Amino acid sequence: MQNKNLKRVDLIFGEYAAEKYKTLQNALKRSPEEIINELLDSGLKGRGGAGFPTGLKWKFTKQENSAVKYVICNADEGEPGTFKDREILCRVPRKIFAGMAICGYTIGAKQGFLYLRGEYRYLLPDLYKELDIYHEHAKKFGLDFTIEIRMGSGAYICGEESALFESMEGKRGEPRNKPPYPTKAGYLGKPTCINNVETFVTSLMIIRHGAEYYKKLGTQDSRGSKVFSVSGDTPVADIHELELGMTVQEFVDDFGDGDTKAVQIGGASGMCVPRKKFADTIIGYEGVPTGGSMMLFNSTRSMYNILHDYLEFFAEESCGQCTPCRVGCQQLLKGIEAVKRGEKKPEYLETLKKLAATMKTASKCGLGQSVANPFTSIVNNFREEIIY
Amino acid sequence: MAKYEVNLKINDIPVTVEEGTTILDAARKVNIHIPTLCAHPDLCVAGNCRVCVVEQKGARLLQASCATPVSEGMEIYTNSKQVRTARRHIIELLLSEHNADCTKCYKNGNCELQDLAHDYRVSDNELLDLLQFKNYTIDDFSPSIIKDDSKCIRCQRCVRTCAQLQHVSALAVAYKGEHQKISTFFEKPMHAVVCTNCGQCINRCPTGALVEKNYIDQVWDAIYDEGKHVVVQTAPAVRIGLGEDLGLAPGNRVTGKMVAALRRLGFDSVLDTDFSADLTIMEEGTELLTRLKKVLVEKDDSVALPMMTSCSPGWIKFQEHKYPNLLKNLSTCKSPQQMFGPLAKTFFAEKKNIKAENIVSVSIMPCTAKKYEAERPEMRDSGFQDVDYVLTTRELAMMIKQAGIDFEHLEEEKYDSIMGESTGAAVIFGATGGVMEAALRTAYEIVTGREVPFKNLDIKPVRGFEGVKEAKVTIQDVKPEWGFLEGAELKLAIAHGLANANKVMKAVSEGTADYHFIEIMACPGGCLGGGGQPIPTSPEIRQKRMEAIYEEDANMPIRKSHENPEIVAIYEEFLGEPNSHKAHELLHTHYTKRKAY
Ligand SMILES: Cc1cc2nc3c(=O)[nH]c(=O)nc-3n(C[C@H](O)[C@H](O)[C@H](O)COP(=O)(O)O)c2cc1C
Ligand code: SF4
Ligand code: SF4
Ligand code: SF4
Ligand code: SF4
Ligand code: FES
Repeated sequence: MQNKNLKRVDLIFGEYAAEKYKTLQNALKRSPEEIINELLDSGLKGRGGAGFPTGLKWKFTKQENSAVKYVICNADEGEPGTFKDREILCRVPRKIFAGMAICGYTIGAKQGFLYLRGEYRYLLPDLYKELDIYHEHAKKFGLDFTIEIRMGSGAYICGEESALFESMEGKRGEPRNKPPYPTKAGYLGKPTCINNVETFVTSLMIIRHGAEYYKKLGTQDSRGSKVFSVSGDTPVADIHELELGMTVQEFVDDFGDGDTKAVQIGGASGMCVPRKKFADTIIGYEGVPTGGSMMLFNSTRSMYNILHDYLEFFAEESCGQCTPCRVGCQQLLKGIEAVKRGEKKPEYLETLKKLAATMKTASKCGLGQSVANPFTSIVNNFREEIIY
Repeated sequence: MAKYEVNLKINDIPVTVEEGTTILDAARKVNIHIPTLCAHPDLCVAGNCRVCVVEQKGARLLQASCATPVSEGMEIYTNSKQVRTARRHIIELLLSEHNADCTKCYKNGNCELQDLAHDYRVSDNELLDLLQFKNYTIDDFSPSIIKDDSKCIRCQRCVRTCAQLQHVSALAVAYKGEHQKISTFFEKPMHAVVCTNCGQCINRCPTGALVEKNYIDQVWDAIYDEGKHVVVQTAPAVRIGLGEDLGLAPGNRVTGKMVAALRRLGFDSVLDTDFSADLTIMEEGTELLTRLKKVLVEKDDSVALPMMTSCSPGWIKFQEHKYPNLLKNLSTCKSPQQMFGPLAKTFFAEKKNIKAENIVSVSIMPCTAKKYEAERPEMRDSGFQDVDYVLTTRELAMMIKQAGIDFEHLEEEKYDSIMGESTGAAVIFGATGGVMEAALRTAYEIVTGREVPFKNLDIKPVRGFEGVKEAKVTIQDVKPEWGFLEGAELKLAIAHGLANANKVMKAVSEGTADYHFIEIMACPGGCLGGGGQPIPTSPEIRQKRMEAIYEEDANMPIRKSHENPEIVAIYEEFLGEPNSHKAHELLHTHYTKRKAY
């Protein structure tokens, strides 16, 4: 292992044996309002990528006047370079179910679902084993909240919350128009609180230790800690739970191979930070936020190839319903190919950047809206590699 | 919950609308036009083309105005720099994967994408032409519809139409990303799936991706062929729709001008489907009374009630696929088009002393399913294909334009005889509820000897655009031979659009409905909203067409089918009586069970 300057945290994976649904049992003695205030106070933002304050999401769903509400755990984990949810599902499933149950109790839902990425099917036997244990405890506690597992089928877009609902309803996974937001009309049109796997676990731990404890970690805008999926040119490709608020430089010092030229933060849909900006880019909401994916690239990598891979991914994984994203992705992909081959002049990259800007503002969902992140950051910082 | 009012500003103009109103509709209220492609007044919101995006002050994202409800204090800009840039990009993107050979395209001149491209003049489009990477296919296997994927902009209007209005879902979205397309079950061709050929998707497709299969050239060839006698029949709803494709506003009745135009085009006999609509009433009305007698008096369970109308071939195919166990409930009567067909090549041929093989029978229909119907193997009772070519209202308009006829200024002319005389009861076949009304006008009178007890014969309860209408008629003081109907209460239902038809059929098949007679039309509004009618369509346009139909009825000298002198004559001279052996041979048919997918 290398020099370890960054603060390691063991909130997500730690204290597992002791958990035994104790936190859930204690939470049930508190009022929903108290729980929501605890979360609001903690400053926790969703760990699935979009970063919406979790306490607020629970509050909004609770406020909806509906006899039927749902809790959904988004375990579709499709973002390239992200594999932390798999580890959580594998190692601490009890914490996920307990977190979902607290959410159910808080917002007034009786039914929860875990939407599991199709490729994670092999986790099912262990998940079901734990689920039985959960249901026994829920019964013992007199908590009317059951959890079911639903399988995804491999489309990246089905991780987008409204496409996920469509998929669960047996329809084609296409994102919906917003508003209405899930807290008002989600699965089957009912108020739905959907959170990432890590969000539920973190919420559980905040309820267990209190907001004060959690707030000691991280910064004003980026509270707490986060599980990072570290991959690429690194000797320590793995998941690592770190306190938020570090700079990319600090991160690279700990995880790089000494030759890091760029870090792609937040997966294919995230931002590419070049070496010259490592020192003054903070990983977090004040800088570049991430759902957890950190891909390190050293000087042997072609940034053209990397961008090309990402664009191929988006051209393939766009649901295809809306024009800016469906056609825009193809134009960006074929466009850099044409520039590379000399069929379009280098200035064509400017045309493409403008197009990417339109995709960012005019696409229907987060997929199309984020293609400009990798595109513009890579083209701006590695223009030569794209052209020649 | 009472709706409250929302105040907002659009391009700095204040506007107040009800909550729930979209930005698009709010803008229309202050006469600000926002372009759209995927939005359609008949369909649920999609929000996928994004051409309608607008800027909202303070928002990070542009908003799809068709899909975004207004909120208090909103400030919207529909023509800001950002909006214009995005809109142009979107048009350019659509065109970049589009086979934009407008001059060769069937929709040239009536295409919403072309209109946008025209308005925005995106000729300096720098983006790559993606056609080179595409493997688009054309499906022209169906007798009614051509589907050309190279013209498709993926707005999904067709998908929504087929699912939401028609409950068929023959079309669906397949694949994702760059490969996303509109397709069918296992990508089979359109003639091999549950498609009913209703053409409603065609009516709403903004481009040339879905169009009718056209037979204009074949009809011109027949007209030019000296050896052929070309007869043409015109369906009820054509006369109230045709004007729209020839420069007139919706709701214009152009019967006389249409007849004149058809003569100028060179048709040898200009005849009327309305004649055979009257005939349908005689046959179907008699069939209904016979079924009632068999069930109510003779307790004969070989015949089924409720009886359902059979004039709408899209509906027939729907029933064959979805409710094959209810086929015995369908009236055995052919549609008016297909009653006309064999008569033209037998009765008419004999009377006019023309050899049947020299008759080319053309029909002008508001319908694309009739193209398919004409090709059904059962429809050859004259010994030939009974109806040779079926043209839509739109195709007739094209022929009139091609022939350089100044339609608007034509003098009105009358149909030829024989098979050209009709009544007001026939023309209302073109509106939902019309067959029911026409049947009641005749059947009630046959049974009681008196006119239906409605002012001016207008049976208002069966009119209008409500999805499913129900009515009850109590029959009293019947003639002696109809004694079994004394005091009977006939329960009637009327549905238009196959989604509504499905509601009624579901109830019938589950045994929760006790109707005696059901009228079903495949298309919204009935034939006046048929898949072969002028494009565009909307509730307002169909309303105008409906008003025109009832005006036409009110202005007819005869308004009851059984009083049509040509109908009286054809029974005396040729058919004998309704449901006679000969009538069964020529005017009735049978149905085929089909798979549910
Ligand atoms: C294309 C796309 C894919 C997404 N995939 C995931 C995913 O796999 N897992 C996830 O938790 N959130 C994913 N999201 C974000 C979800 O839409 C949603 O914001 C999240 O589940 C909310 O949970 P959180 O508030 O706990 O982050 C995706 C979003 C988009 C636009
Ligand atoms: S942005 Fe892309 S993924 Fe999202 S709705 Fe549009 S086409 Fe589908
Ligand atoms: S569909 Fe419209 S834009 Fe496309 S070629 Fe035809 S007329 Fe032109
Ligand atoms: S013709 Fe009618 S049934 Fe066939 S695809 Fe179109 S809308 Fe559906
Ligand atoms: S076929 Fe027509 S209606 Fe259907 S998606 Fe394509 S362009 Fe739209
Ligand atoms: S018209 Fe609004 S998105 Fe298509």
